[in-house]
Amino acid sequence: MKKFTQTVSVICAAFATSVSYANTQIHEHQHEHHGHSEPEPAHTVEPAPAYQPHHPEHVMNHEVLLTKVTIDQLEARQHEGSALEGSLWFGGDLNKLWLKTEVEREEGETADAELQALYSRAVAPYWDLQLGVRHDFKLQGGDSKTWGAISLHGLAPYFFEVDTALFIGDHGDTALRLEAEYEILFTQKWILSPEVEVNFYGQNDPTTRTGSGLSDIEAGLRLRYEFTPKFAPYFGVNYEKNFGNTADFLRDAGEHIDETTWVIGLHAWF
Amino acid sequence: MNKYLDSSPLVTPISRRRFVTGIMSGLAGGAALAGLPASAEAPQASNPLPSELRGNQFDLHVNYLPVNFTGRARTAVAVNGTVPAPVLRWREGDTVTINVTNHLAHDTSIHWHGLILPSNMDGVPGLSFDGIRPGDTFTYQFPLKQSGTYWYHSHSDFQEQRGHYGAIVIDPAEPDPVAYDRDYVVLLTDWSDQSPQDIYATLKKEGHYYNRRRRTVGDLWEEIRQKGVSQTWRDRKMWNEMRMSDRDIADVTGYTYTYLMNGQTPDANWTALFKRGEKIRLRFINGAAMSIFDIRIPGLKMTVVASDGQNIEPVTVDEFRIGVAETYDVIVEPENDTAYTLFAQTIDRSGYARGTLTSDPRLQAKVPAMDYAPVLTHRDMGHHDMGMHHSAHAMSDMPGMDHGMDHGMDHGAHSMEAMDHSQHAGHQMPGTKAGNNVGNNIGTTTGLGLAGYGSNAPVEHLPSEYGPGVDMRAFMPANGLHDPGVGLRDHQQRYGRKVLTYGDIRNLTPTLDRRQPEREIQLHLTGNMERYMWSVNGIKFSDAEPLIFKYGERLRVTLVNDTMMTHPIHLHGMWSELETSDPEYIPRKHTVLVQPGSTISYLVTADAYGRWAYHCHLLYHMPGMFREVRVV
Repeated sequence: MKKFTQTVSVICAAFATSVSYANTQIHEHQHEHHGHSEPEPAHTVEPAPAYQPHHPEHVMNHEVLLTKVTIDQLEARQHEGSALEGSLWFGGDLNKLWLKTEVEREEGETADAELQALYSRAVAPYWDLQLGVRHDFKLQGGDSKTWGAISLHGLAPYFFEVDTALFIGDHGDTALRLEAEYEILFTQKWILSPEVEVNFYGQNDPTTRTGSGLSDIEAGLRLRYEFTPKFAPYFGVNYEKNFGNTADFLRDAGEHIDETTWVIGLHAWF
Repeated sequence: MNKYLDSSPLVTPISRRRFVTGIMSGLAGGAALAGLPASAEAPQASNPLPSELRGNQFDLHVNYLPVNFTGRARTAVAVNGTVPAPVLRWREGDTVTINVTNHLAHDTSIHWHGLILPSNMDGVPGLSFDGIRPGDTFTYQFPLKQSGTYWYHSHSDFQEQRGHYGAIVIDPAEPDPVAYDRDYVVLLTDWSDQSPQDIYATLKKEGHYYNRRRRTVGDLWEEIRQKGVSQTWRDRKMWNEMRMSDRDIADVTGYTYTYLMNGQTPDANWTALFKRGEKIRLRFINGAAMSIFDIRIPGLKMTVVASDGQNIEPVTVDEFRIGVAETYDVIVEPENDTAYTLFAQTIDRSGYARGTLTSDPRLQAKVPAMDYAPVLTHRDMGHHDMGMHHSAHAMSDMPGMDHGMDHGMDHGAHSMEAMDHSQHAGHQMPGTKAGNNVGNNIGTTTGLGLAGYGSNAPVEHLPSEYGPGVDMRAFMPANGLHDPGVGLRDHQQRYGRKVLTYGDIRNLTPTLDRRQPEREIQLHLTGNMERYMWSVNGIKFSDAEPLIFKYGERLRVTLVNDTMMTHPIHLHGMWSELETSDPEYIPRKHTVLVQPGSTISYLVTADAYGRWAYHCHLLYHMPGMFREVRVV
């Protein structure tokens, strides 16, 4: 639990900083040389320029609103499994709406499916703070569940793409997810991408078979070939292991607590 | 001596086609996989050349034009049916009237780049006028107060990228101080089959998309083999921590671009003729959207006689860099009946534009291989001193291996040169109180550096530079004046080519406005490559107040480049008088290249009332790195 509190305070601090950035940016900073003791007179009187346009927004100041859809992984796995991990964002430079989804199917049945909807704000050159909700769909007799989500998403030093998310359920349940991904270029087109996802929970919940503490680790290694940067099939290996009480829940249900599968899939964005 | 001197007279008969660019085959492969026809039809052998229009009354029609540069049919935006637009040949002293009719489905405009004219004739929608609506005709009329090589282009949307550009040549009223027998316009541009909106969106989604020269495991292995693990780790450390690539030279590259010379692809080979013994004036114009070119003509010396249309004291060089929107006039004197290649490779060496200067249309010269692709150094991050120390290290460990590292040394030497005042300013630690700086003064009462010598103000980063839109700040910026630029710094040592620098340029006639600057404005060029955001002082155009210049004042603008890109900065309506340490002969430019992590200063006489655009001329930087200047 202590970890969660720390994360929350870090995230809140980051958010406060972003707000103060926004405030300081409003001013025009014309830079006077130090030799002048008198500041340049404030130009409160509107100058009389030769031309007053009817459409001041007409110059190239348009901030374009864009949509990016990323299919991070769309893959078939050994043992009739498959998985989708993807996202969509819509918005401008600093403010975006994000949708993130993860779906996993095992032995022909959907095992996990979640969707997150987040407001995303750039808080630092490489970091976005994201706030919203996560919904876990009702599957395999379990309950559906909705969480509040707060996430710090971005590019860490040494080019690690990181997504750290704290989830808080309606009964005060908590969960923490850490994801990191890296890219190793063999050539401009052959790219090996190791990634790891770790989930922690703040409580035992038999209905979702998640246990307090470190619950599961998923690690993947995927080698893709970028026909274009936007279209890259891959193959690789995916490893999942459950720990602690989560592992106990699964053992009790007669399921494996770890699994290694070969995968083949597609990475794409547009 | 020039490596290609011996090979250039190797003249071969013309074969019609070799390849579009090496890069295009990669794209075609992708298209094939996606189920598209890789090559619907062969590219047209050559795009029709622009006509030359003379006189003082002109009708220009902006229209769509089907083109095919790469094997794929596309629609360009053309003027009077050609890409480039017609060459406008004017005479100094005339008043020209140009009726521009818009046949597009969108607004258009024409900006007369580098011309001194009333602000309502400058052609910037929203600042000078409302733009030209579809179906409308707008009449421009202005007197020509200057001579030289200029150009014109749309200032609406991203039409420039689609072909809306053309050359202007203004013949002087007085006898030309430059003697020549014939002249040619050489207009360099970049063409993409992708729409400019698509390119811009792609960059916003993935800033490094077009960089196809990213570091690989092989590069790392090579570095470790040369330097050992620990030195490699130390050398990569800064880049890794800053999350930046030292191979990020150009935002948009030959991965999507085909580079054109007067609208001709390298294969179409634009050709200019000469007779032996003639002096040929080549009027180079960089009308590209995003591409900075390095120009040379293997086998020929080039005498640079004009920069941005203005006559300069002739400088003979082997190679020069032309920033987007700059113009350079050079004189060449071919001594033999043979062919020469006009070679314009891009700054990142991902492609080139090419043409031929020949005494016989059946001849063409060998096309040289492109030079090594540059790698950025600490200097380009504005860590000038650090760069020097590191280079010393690197040199002892692996002599001559890393070109990048040589540069720091090279410029260490430069900075020793006398009169390099900005250098002193650069060495001020951030946060130093301005008042402590008076020791750097050289006798002005105001504390400003003397006219012609540049700034001696400390570099200060404003709080607005510390937001999500700014990914670096140059804390010890170098002086960009004597810097040939990224990738050219060792061409003298390596190939024996003399490369032009701004420090070499002296105006042909004495400085007109001899006043000292009354004040100085320091502007920081800022951005975030990952988010593809660009700004000035961390503030994008739409959030910024106009800069106010007082009519009649003489002021200094000091640009500090807080990015790793080379930015061509264009002030409309007034000259940017580059401070090259010679106050008597200050060159007048309309577009100034600001080297990465460097500063440069120029003087401006605010002698033109009105609202003017002031911006980076890299097309996709413009939406943010843009300011309105109001002269009141």
